[in-house]
Amino acid sequence: MSAPMLSAPFARADSQVQAIMKRVMLALAPATAFGVFIFGWPALLLLAVTILSALLFEALCLMLCGRPVRATLLDGSALLSGWLTAMTLPPWAPWWIGVVGAAIAIVLGKQVYGGLGQNLFNPAMLARVALLVSFPLEMTTWVHPTPLFSSLAPGLPDSLAITFSGAAAPDGMTGATLIGHIKTEFSQGHGLSEALAAGHYHFLKSFLGWTSGSLGETSALLILLGGLWMLKQQIISWQIPVSMLGTVFFLACVFTLADGERYPGPLFHLTSGALMLCAFFIATDYVTSPNSPWGQIIFGSGCGLIIFTIRTWGAYPEGAGFAVLLMNSLTPVIDHYVRPRIYGRDRTGRPLDLAEPKK
Amino acid sequence: MLPFDIASLWSRKKIRGGVHPEPRKGATADQTIDTAFPLPKMLYLPLQQHVGQPAEPVVKVGERVLKGQLLAGSQGKISAPIHAPTSGIILDIMDYPAAHPSALPTPTLLLEPDGEDQWIEGIGEIDPFSLSPAEIADRVGAAGVVGMGGAAFPSAVKLNLGRKTRIQTLLINGGECEPYLTCDDRLMRERAADIVDGIRIMLRALECRHAIVGIEDNKPEAYDTMREAAKGFGQIEITLVPSLYPMGWDKQLIGYLTDKEVPAGGRSADVGVLMHNVGTAYAIQQAIRFNKPLVSRVITVSGEAVAAPRNVEAPIGTPLADLLAYCGHQSGATARYVMGGPMMGDLLPHANVPLVKGATGILALTEGEVAASDAKACIRCSRCVSACPAGLLPLEMMTRIRAGQLEGAVNYGLKDCISCGSCSYVCPSQIPLVHYFKYASGELVARQQAQHKSEQTKKLAEEKQARIDRYKQEQAAAAAARKAAREQQQKKKTEEAA
Repeated sequence: MSAPMLSAPFARADSQVQAIMKRVMLALAPATAFGVFIFGWPALLLLAVTILSALLFEALCLMLCGRPVRATLLDGSALLSGWLTAMTLPPWAPWWIGVVGAAIAIVLGKQVYGGLGQNLFNPAMLARVALLVSFPLEMTTWVHPTPLFSSLAPGLPDSLAITFSGAAAPDGMTGATLIGHIKTEFSQGHGLSEALAAGHYHFLKSFLGWTSGSLGETSALLILLGGLWMLKQQIISWQIPVSMLGTVFFLACVFTLADGERYPGPLFHLTSGALMLCAFFIATDYVTSPNSPWGQIIFGSGCGLIIFTIRTWGAYPEGAGFAVLLMNSLTPVIDHYVRPRIYGRDRTGRPLDLAEPKK
Repeated sequence: MLPFDIASLWSRKKIRGGVHPEPRKGATADQTIDTAFPLPKMLYLPLQQHVGQPAEPVVKVGERVLKGQLLAGSQGKISAPIHAPTSGIILDIMDYPAAHPSALPTPTLLLEPDGEDQWIEGIGEIDPFSLSPAEIADRVGAAGVVGMGGAAFPSAVKLNLGRKTRIQTLLINGGECEPYLTCDDRLMRERAADIVDGIRIMLRALECRHAIVGIEDNKPEAYDTMREAAKGFGQIEITLVPSLYPMGWDKQLIGYLTDKEVPAGGRSADVGVLMHNVGTAYAIQQAIRFNKPLVSRVITVSGEAVAAPRNVEAPIGTPLADLLAYCGHQSGATARYVMGGPMMGDLLPHANVPLVKGATGILALTEGEVAASDAKACIRCSRCVSACPAGLLPLEMMTRIRAGQLEGAVNYGLKDCISCGSCSYVCPSQIPLVHYFKYASGELVARQQAQHKSEQTKKLAEEKQARIDRYKQEQAAAAAARKAAREQQQKKKTEEAA
């Protein structure tokens, strides 16, 4: 039975919540597939565990609240939250990291606020940051890319052991991420050229994603393609990704020009860590980002600024999660102060003066 | 396609918001206006077909009237008279369902056509340019012309207003941005010369030298025909405007064509612009050049429950159900009757209401066309924000109205909402945003009235108390005076006695 439509419009655009979620997932699929490919079966197992637990926790919460379970589960939001959480986890993390992450994302990140559309913080980022400060060891164990079916890659039985019974990754397969590596080198007084001398860094490798890092963050290229597709489909607007990437790009340019030995350049920043994933898939989260174009530009620039600051001077090698959460907390304030100009009024809300030409 | 319009970055002509609803104009756009609609058995003429005061009947029940004869005169400053759409007998003056979402009964003249369709005397061509501007406005008023684009505002009032303020530009709205509707498109394609003539008459009435006709770029034929018709009249400019809903919103079109912005609470005349619809230009031309009052109009009859959709020229007062039946309407398939376009039109509970002057379309929509579904939670996607042509934040207004904070919604611009429906149209959660805003606006008016009433009551009570007090004081003073007089007399008497 359809809802009674008592007033106009009697026409609807055929965009539906479910369809939007589906398209985001489609845009996310290439980067995910690539992550699974280079990090092997354990990555796929972790992805499955996280998504299934996200759905489970969502269903549980809905049942406890006495709300319709089926309809809400089918809207795709819990699936997407679980998926995005998995994308930010170390690919060989044990199963319980995925379960705890999904619980934080769904229960603490979303349902305690009242469900879809009500939460203040991005669920996936909340989960990632909570896990990082609670389980630093598990959350910073990175594996080198070992593509599926290559000689070094673990087979399915070994992968099951890695994910479900905490078997350690084989020697020589783990190491720091690139950003983590140069941070350590800097702290030992080495310069950038020295830190990167070991052949660690290659722009193309970083851009394509052939580096260690979280499950879904390594391939800047595939994430960028997915993001551009979402832009074209008008799922996201350009303000947040452009201002976020632009801010990091600008700051990196300024600092690398000032001292190239201490500050890596813009291309390094754009292709490393979770920046790209964050700019297109996380910071653009409708619920937790401002709703006016200028508000979104402020939000994106703020995220970029914080990420750059944490990467450059902070105690953590990477700051995407913190940046997004901090800016999430500012969203209501931004929304309060930054609003579109109402037709026929100036920015303060007073009616336009006839004598004054409009701005 | 780029995610945003790069050209708009440096273009002076900025368009805010707007949506692209599926046009659905194909069913009726390529057929000529059907003028063969037979006279209905009965015509229902509501006394209120315009914004303002209802008209006052000047005929008696049982009287025979001629086509074009005045049936009800205007009363008050903002009103429009009503004329007989054909010759016949006035059977009754009664209450009949109004062409309004409520369809509540309203005073209506019932006219039974005699089939002769005989005009009153005095219909014939005159030279409009021999008339003074004031005379033109007066004749437009006497002919009962109102805004034909749906607004139904008495046109003469607007023309008179234009004579009081200096109008630099007369805008003619040929946008017709509502889906389904093609009556203006057809009018421009078939009667362009008359429309141009009407525009020239309006220019004279306004003592204005420049007119711009804005036509949406999805009507190339109308554009070409109008251009051809306007050739040789340098003061009339025909311009294409982008197909974007609500391009027919006067302020959107004014902004696009003249780069002016009307201040909040102001009128377009404040920035030297006046806007009329192409249908109004046509009606004005008929009224002035041929002395014919407004007794018929072209209406789009469409929707998937109509087998042969088309534009019909029909007498005012025709039951919409007759028009639908004429176009092969299947009532079983109809989920919604809409008068006007689907974006801003009114939902009618049934089609047994008459054709009124401002009705641009009657749509019989099927369940599939309306595509109604249950509202879901708002995901704050801000599509409504990008769609709003007035720069409002519909989602913020909606959450505040839901929480009962009407003042909060006003703070976000509730009073600047034009109910164009763009926000509801794009909402992926199918939230009936406009419905919330209409409710809240109505509620605010009701509260204001209630407050006004209680203040009025308080004032009356205070005045009554003051009157009582004054009366008591007067009584006391009089008593005191009498007492004093008595004492005086007593004193006198005792003095005399002594």
